[in-house]
Amino acid sequence: MDYFVWCVITAGFGMALGVVPTSLSQGMAIKSALEGVARNPGASGKVLTTMLIGLAMIESLAIYVFVVAMIILFANPFTEFVVGAVAH
Amino acid sequence: MTHPFLFLQWLVEKLKFGYTPEQLADYGYFNHVTYAWATMAILILAGFLASRRLQKHPEGFQNFMEVVLEQIERLIGETMGPKGRTYFPMIATLALFILVSNLIALIPGFMPPTANLNTNAALALSVFVMTHAIGLKEHGLSYLKHFTGPIWWLVPLMLPIEIIGHLARPVSLTLRLFGNMYGHEIVLMIFLFLAPALVPIPMMLMGILVAFIQAFVFTLLSMIYFAGALEEAH
Repeated sequence: MDYFVWCVITAGFGMALGVVPTSLSQGMAIKSALEGVARNPGASGKVLTTMLIGLAMIESLAIYVFVVAMIILFANPFTEFVVGAVAH
Repeated sequence: MTHPFLFLQWLVEKLKFGYTPEQLADYGYFNHVTYAWATMAILILAGFLASRRLQKHPEGFQNFMEVVLEQIERLIGETMGPKGRTYFPMIATLALFILVSNLIALIPGFMPPTANLNTNAALALSVFVMTHAIGLKEHGLSYLKHFTGPIWWLVPLMLPIEIIGHLARPVSLTLRLFGNMYGHEIVLMIFLFLAPALVPIPMMLMGILVAFIQAFVFTLLSMIYFAGALEEAH
């Protein structure tokens, strides 16, 4: 059963490791977008659209980590193998 | 798994429709299909109601739908240029379908069909196939130049990179939409489990934002892919 404990730990730490750089880079993107809007308020519509696309692209990296974590937690491909090995 | 009660599943289990008990027990795996149909029904009803009595000076619902479609058309004009007007039906369908299926989650007893990998994979694969169909239709066989890079001796390097890049597109489209919607569902469920009253409401507000942004991003990315297939090889 150690295997499943390590699965949970991996999922949690993977999520943490995946989220930190993503949030940092999203903060940087928003910062530059806000600076751009503050300098040129007329371009706010275009800056906002581009920023949203960029944010979604950056966010998808954290989402990949989330999907992998969900696979590890709920749809682990090795569950049957491990349970069978333990039963033997 | 994340939904304690789903209205359509309950309805089917009550009415049975001649299904055997085994089929009813497996019914939970296909909720996304029935909810995708529910979304389609809502969209068809909206289209029917909006175009039932067409007027020169639109009022009410017709006016609303015209504004929505005009916005989508303006976006297509901005990102794809005049040639993109041809693909307006596909892009508007994608946008409205994804938006309505994301927002349907706000109704109690409903789940978003986009919180399932299969629905998203279907949408992303149709975008993928359509991209190459557009490319072949616009450029004929010289569409292959899109994959070969600028110089002929770079072909062995560029071809695998381009192919991997093109194959990564449906994967990223699928996983982005799925991860966002499913993650939101799970967060809501956990908050509901921890504190049923009032606490999930800020998350639901964020869910509305996520629904709009993800529908927008999916549509915009498919528009950019279509535009990439439309333009000349460089």
